[in-house]
Amino acid sequence: MNAIELLRISKSFGSGDSQVIANADVSIVARVGSIHAIVGENGAGKSTAMKVLFGMQTPDAGEIRVRGKVHTWRNPTEAMGAGIGMVHQHFMLSGPDTVLENVVLGCEGVRSWKPIDFARAREKLLDLAARYSMPVDPDARIEDLPVGIQQRVEILKLLYRDARVLILDEPTAVLTPQEIESFFANLRRLRDEGRTILIITHKLKEVLALSDEVTVLRQGRSVGTIVTEKASAELLAEWMVGRKVVLEVESGKAPTLGPVRFRADRLRLDSGRSKLKDVSFQVRGGEIVGIAGVEGNGQSEILRAILSPSLPSVLESGQVEILGQDVTRWSSSRIRSMRVGIIPEDRHRDAMVLSESVESNLLLGLQRHPRFVREIPFFGGWIRHRALRSALERAWQEYDLRPRRAGIAGRGLSGGNQQKLVIAREFEHDPEFLVAAHPTRGVDVGAIEWIHRKLLSARDAGAGILLVSSELDEILALSDRILVVFDGAVVGEYSRGGVTLQELGLAMSGGGSLRA
Amino acid sequence: MWSLDELSAILASTLRLSAPLVFAAMGGLLSERSGVIHIALEGMMMVGGFVAAVSTLAWHQPYGGVVAAMIAGALFSLIYAALVIPFRANQIIAGTAMNFLAMGLVPFFSKILYGNTGSTPSIDLVDRLHWGVPVIAGVALVALLSGMLARTPLGLWIRFAGEHPEALASAGISVKRVRFFSVLGAGALASAGGAVLALSLASAYTRNMTGARGFMALAALIFGKWRAWPAFFACLLFGFSEALQNRLQGVALPWNPERTIPGQMIQMVPYLVTLVVLAGFIGRARAPRAIGSS
Amino acid sequence: MKVFRPLLALALGLGLGLGVAAIAGENPWHVFLVLVKGAFGSRYDLGMTLFYMTPLLFTGLSVALTYRAGLFNIGSEGQLTMGALAAAAVGIAFPNVPVGWSWLLAVVASAAAGGGWAGIAGWLKAKRGSHEVISTIMLNFIAASLASYVTLEVLKNPESQSPESLPIGTSYLLPKIPGLEESPVSLALVVAVAVALLLGWILARTRFGFELKIVGQSESAARVAGIDVGRMQILAMILSGMLASGVSLGEILGSAHRFKLGFSPEYGFMGIAVALLARGNPIATIGSAFLFAALHKGTADLDIETENVTRDLALVIQALVIAAVSAEGLWDRIFSPRRKGQAQTVVDTKQGGATGVVSG
Repeated sequence: MNAIELLRISKSFGSGDSQVIANADVSIVARVGSIHAIVGENGAGKSTAMKVLFGMQTPDAGEIRVRGKVHTWRNPTEAMGAGIGMVHQHFMLSGPDTVLENVVLGCEGVRSWKPIDFARAREKLLDLAARYSMPVDPDARIEDLPVGIQQRVEILKLLYRDARVLILDEPTAVLTPQEIESFFANLRRLRDEGRTILIITHKLKEVLALSDEVTVLRQGRSVGTIVTEKASAELLAEWMVGRKVVLEVESGKAPTLGPVRFRADRLRLDSGRSKLKDVSFQVRGGEIVGIAGVEGNGQSEILRAILSPSLPSVLESGQVEILGQDVTRWSSSRIRSMRVGIIPEDRHRDAMVLSESVESNLLLGLQRHPRFVREIPFFGGWIRHRALRSALERAWQEYDLRPRRAGIAGRGLSGGNQQKLVIAREFEHDPEFLVAAHPTRGVDVGAIEWIHRKLLSARDAGAGILLVSSELDEILALSDRILVVFDGAVVGEYSRGGVTLQELGLAMSGGGSLRA
Repeated sequence: MWSLDELSAILASTLRLSAPLVFAAMGGLLSERSGVIHIALEGMMMVGGFVAAVSTLAWHQPYGGVVAAMIAGALFSLIYAALVIPFRANQIIAGTAMNFLAMGLVPFFSKILYGNTGSTPSIDLVDRLHWGVPVIAGVALVALLSGMLARTPLGLWIRFAGEHPEALASAGISVKRVRFFSVLGAGALASAGGAVLALSLASAYTRNMTGARGFMALAALIFGKWRAWPAFFACLLFGFSEALQNRLQGVALPWNPERTIPGQMIQMVPYLVTLVVLAGFIGRARAPRAIGSS
Repeated sequence: MKVFRPLLALALGLGLGLGVAAIAGENPWHVFLVLVKGAFGSRYDLGMTLFYMTPLLFTGLSVALTYRAGLFNIGSEGQLTMGALAAAAVGIAFPNVPVGWSWLLAVVASAAAGGGWAGIAGWLKAKRGSHEVISTIMLNFIAASLASYVTLEVLKNPESQSPESLPIGTSYLLPKIPGLEESPVSLALVVAVAVALLLGWILARTRFGFELKIVGQSESAARVAGIDVGRMQILAMILSGMLASGVSLGEILGSAHRFKLGFSPEYGFMGIAVALLARGNPIATIGSAFLFAALHKGTADLDIETENVTRDLALVIQALVIAAVSAEGLWDRIFSPRRKGQAQTVVDTKQGGATGVVSG
């Protein structure tokens, strides 16, 4: 019997020139008591299909069936009423509120102005936590919990509502390899109880390890469904992209090491959850140093210390040296005028102004660069629009940036093209030291390959590169050296080829304190 | 330096003068905890004060006047709610528009009703509110609101609407409805504050009598880190500064007993206190995460 | 389409405002005619409209500049008060400065006072996190008290019954505009327009304008781009205060020649409507200031020309215009009703990626 049938679902957004088709004739059928994976590139329509199933989007056309019965729902409540629950990629949890309050939200069980029976709710939650061996403290504030536990709260939220169908959107992105193992064990157990699990992911290895069946989406259409046992990573990748793809870029032989481009010396910070514990490392020209770790273990703090070391809220003590200069007391505008490129971790928040034109976004961070601004004494800088325009045209040519319209707002670009714009801009600095934080996050496969090549060729040209990524495959493929951070400290260092995925995962969870 | 009598007089006038601020601040609390910035408390207070005075002059029922003010405030807030919730207007700008609208509409109607732009005739002494009533009602309101926010489903929804509206929506509750409720409630409460001003602290509605109290209530809310009881105590602080202002009138300069402290300098006290308090001696407060988003 | 929205918003606000007038039993068309006649009916009326346009252009630019930087300065009223007070003070203290130098002195003093006053709010915002809306409101009240104290206790004109200062030196007086001599409009209007054009050019072509815009759109992106956000916020506020203090040119040097308490009919607040209708664009502010000046002049005649409607209607109309301009969602609904069908996939197959497809 089928738990879920999504039949010929279509959904588009916007209208006219800006109309975008997210789903066109998407069909997904999942059996009761199975784990069904849904894979596809960014923008393939996975999330949209799941939002349609969960009642967050109304489809333009198509049919939803749950256990054979046709449903149309206007909101998630109706979907939840039919036993469907969803864990979103960005957790739906409120930081300052407690676990219990987050779990109870929406099924308080009393009229809206009557006191909630928190005692009974707590009992039920603890009961579930014990039964599925997912222990939580009901009174802990969400913001004080590590992401792995937060995810557990999300799953418990669904079980609290006795969801029969669980939709999980990219659930493993925040977990270490070991955590993923036990998480998968939990999922199998839920399946064996007769629940159905739909899991969205782009990690093919996990699909093969976990799922019973796979549906592949490409460009808003379903390509096909296959029993996992009969699938292979190569086949799925080909279905996803529509052509054969190189899954890993050859890193080539590292050139000889150049001078030290970056040095961090005993960086310290202790403010709430933001911690740095005596972080010291260096990056030399001609090498890529990768920082691996579960998110929230000091990566953002290191990045901030590079960009604005002089702020007391960023760095309490320690020394930052870039291109041979002690920049610890420098303002970020002075650091930005060096031959330093920065690809920030959150593209939409830090790297771009989505409401502004592509041209303005290209100038962002270059507004003190003599090529783009003429300095006039007592007056400031006069923007050289012609130079800016030719830089943009160069980006269209060399980086294949699309669409080729200078006036289009940043948000009109796909994730991959946004990242290309950021990279084009940062390479205008001709960087000798480059920071690349999550350079391929939210970027389609074709662009990933291109970005990886770009980083490697910058390294080969003698730049020192600091790579921060939560994708361990990316770290392993690109880095000449790997540093592992845990709880604000560097807990491991490995050279290329000197570590396996499992060892890395163990170090990331604070398990193995090796310093090779 | 003050006698016991003077101290108790100051304490009483602190409580009295705080009451309108408490109502407005609790209105602000409701709205801002649900994620809607409320710059327009001032305008709501104007509408409330005016409607309360008009209704009391007509029917000689001060409690009825407060109720009328609350209804008018909720109706007036409907415009604000429509602007910021479905029409996604910038909340600061729309709030400013609401303040202007109140500033313009009140004299407009008072001209029609009384042939005079902005002030109502005086209300008979018997029709005024005893000052103790709004003080007690204010304390009860704070207790009620803080309990409601902490323990009831509605309170939970309001908090989530301000903190993580997506989570609320994915739990199947309409963020828009929760925010509409909160904004309308805010208008009713701030208007009640205006009614207290016109019916208990004064004996009429006079032009611009709110004197930035709506903004002080907002400052109290921020100073109280968007929590009911701390905001209440911040209101007391502002009430005290107003009491002090009244107290200082006619007091001699310490270095020159011949002259009194200039009236203009005394007028500044509550505004200076607000400015200093807002600059915060106790660290920055964290606003509800989704505040201002639409 | 976006270009027409402010004009439609203006029409909507004006229409609703006239509808409100109908509540008072007035014929909206009659009220409208009074407005038009009051603003443009004669050479004198036009001169008065241009006279009001001068301060509104300055306060409009003041609000527009901070609006660009993502700040909402509703303290122009206090800033222009301080600026005018300073201009009057130097005009009284140094009455014999030669023409030309007198203007420079007055402008510098006025700008320093207005800029400094706004700078307080800027500093509080950048360094202490105080919301500029609340702090500028408080500063408005404090400025009003200060002005009252200084006018009545320090610069008091003993020969006058009304609360006003001594007159300023004659060398400070600004020339009138030829052809409009009978109205109080002065050369200050030309200065105001020139300042608007200059500001428009600065915002569009210079790094300062660029950085201001980025700070206004995304503080985090500005920080990463090496822009000192706090410094830009303080600078924006100071410049905004200096622009607001330009009001003293038309009011103190151009017409009253002294500081009169309550000389400003809330020019600062009207500046908000002026700036918002112009969507923060300095060039558009010129037109917007003219329209609101006409509204202000026209509604002043309502007191005499109608039974029940007073000049307060101007506030109602301003409020409705601001509300209409700000209601983004309303205009989106009017201009792009949801269309279905007509599918058109924006997919770039050659790249192997999906361009412009909503994230999956």
